[in-house]
Amino acid sequence: MVSHPRFYWGETGNVHTPTLFKLPIPASRNLVPTGYDYVLPDQNGWSRYLHFQSAWVVVLTGLLYATYGLFTGHFRYNLMSREGDLSWRTLSIAIAKNLRLERPSEAEAWTYNALQRLAYLFVIFVLFPLVIWTGLAMSPAFVSAVPAAVTLLGGQQSARTMHFFVSVFLLLFLLIHIVMVCRAGFRSRMRAMITGHASTHMERT
Amino acid sequence: MTNLSRRKLITTGLATAAGVTGLGLAARLAQRHALIPPDHGGFYGVGETLNYASHRLLTRHSLAREFPKSQISKIPVANEIAPPSEAFRRLQAGGFADWRLSVSGMVDRPASFSLAHLKSYPSRSQITQLVCEEGWSYIAEWIGVPLSHVLEVVGIQPQAKYVVYSSIDPGWWDSIDMADALHPQTVLAYGMNGPEIPVGNGGPLRMRVPRQLGYKSVKFITGLTVTDSLKAFGKGLGSASPEAGYAWYAGI
Repeated sequence: MVSHPRFYWGETGNVHTPTLFKLPIPASRNLVPTGYDYVLPDQNGWSRYLHFQSAWVVVLTGLLYATYGLFTGHFRYNLMSREGDLSWRTLSIAIAKNLRLERPSEAEAWTYNALQRLAYLFVIFVLFPLVIWTGLAMSPAFVSAVPAAVTLLGGQQSARTMHFFVSVFLLLFLLIHIVMVCRAGFRSRMRAMITGHASTHMERT
Repeated sequence: MTNLSRRKLITTGLATAAGVTGLGLAARLAQRHALIPPDHGGFYGVGETLNYASHRLLTRHSLAREFPKSQISKIPVANEIAPPSEAFRRLQAGGFADWRLSVSGMVDRPASFSLAHLKSYPSRSQITQLVCEEGWSYIAEWIGVPLSHVLEVVGIQPQAKYVVYSSIDPGWWDSIDMADALHPQTVLAYGMNGPEIPVGNGGPLRMRVPRQLGYKSVKFITGLTVTDSLKAFGKGLGSASPEAGYAWYAGI
């Protein structure tokens, strides 16, 4: 991203082709016209190694989680929308509660609310599969075996652009998630996430 | 910790043991089937090995995408190159008539080829995409002799595992495994969108490995060495790229 902060749509894109948009940041390559008169140091080597190593961690733990979720009914019982979940009333109440910065009620320590369920389903079944797909679609070797992975997305540069946006959404989710965990009581929520048991009384911090 | 029963402890222990045995077995199998990249050491070695091994299992014979003529990029990007050396400029002044590609190592008939000699072999033309690890890309038509044909001419020995290729630029060398070396689309290219390759794009001779990122398509090729081990080349990491921090396998 820093070595080429230009994004394109379609199959190819480079300094000689029009962009879809540019990020207003300096680049780590002087070949890219950014408007800045300096270049950042190149960090692509180790960051690519780190990126793929992390990608494997995400894919492998994700597979474990998805298998577990399907077999134990976690997705069905805890995440699927319930009757009335998608009504404007339920959603607007949940949104209003968040906007008023209200602390979640005690009952909510045991279950997810409508907004949470929607957000988690979206992240698990839309964003993660998409980020993996768009990532693989950029690999010249992977698409040699599965060309549809990239042609369905409209080309290698389209895949890169989508990969960028999906990553931004995932990052936003992570940030909001962390803020919410802190607001709901960091220690009790972390304990609940790690052990699977919610404590019966709320933390008073 | 009241929930940690004896049964749970035993199950966890057994699962861990099975996991460790499984990992050991996987490592042995990977070694036997050449699924371990030369830069498998260090903290990132696990991810790198998983990349390479999974790609080799999935893409051993698959063909890189080819495109119609209408999709050829109007301006093929000429990436930055080091200023040409004295030796290069002398060869360029002579129209590259004295350019030589030497082939050595585990071959029956070590040889040295001129460009004219390479051009006399059956050629292959393909319109493929060149993707840089930085994110940009272009499509061009590449014309050249399949590397597999040159290897057939010199006769590779059965224990060969890698082909090391080097540029006239002394700091620039790389290597590929036999799956890529014998792949029909891996060509020693002497033409790009025409009978010659502009110097900026790697002329007069460029290795084209279309199933990997651009940096594996080394420019100004002067030498090939067939080998069964990469340990003796540079720092033993397979190419100049890992020495500069970049992965040896660049299919992703």
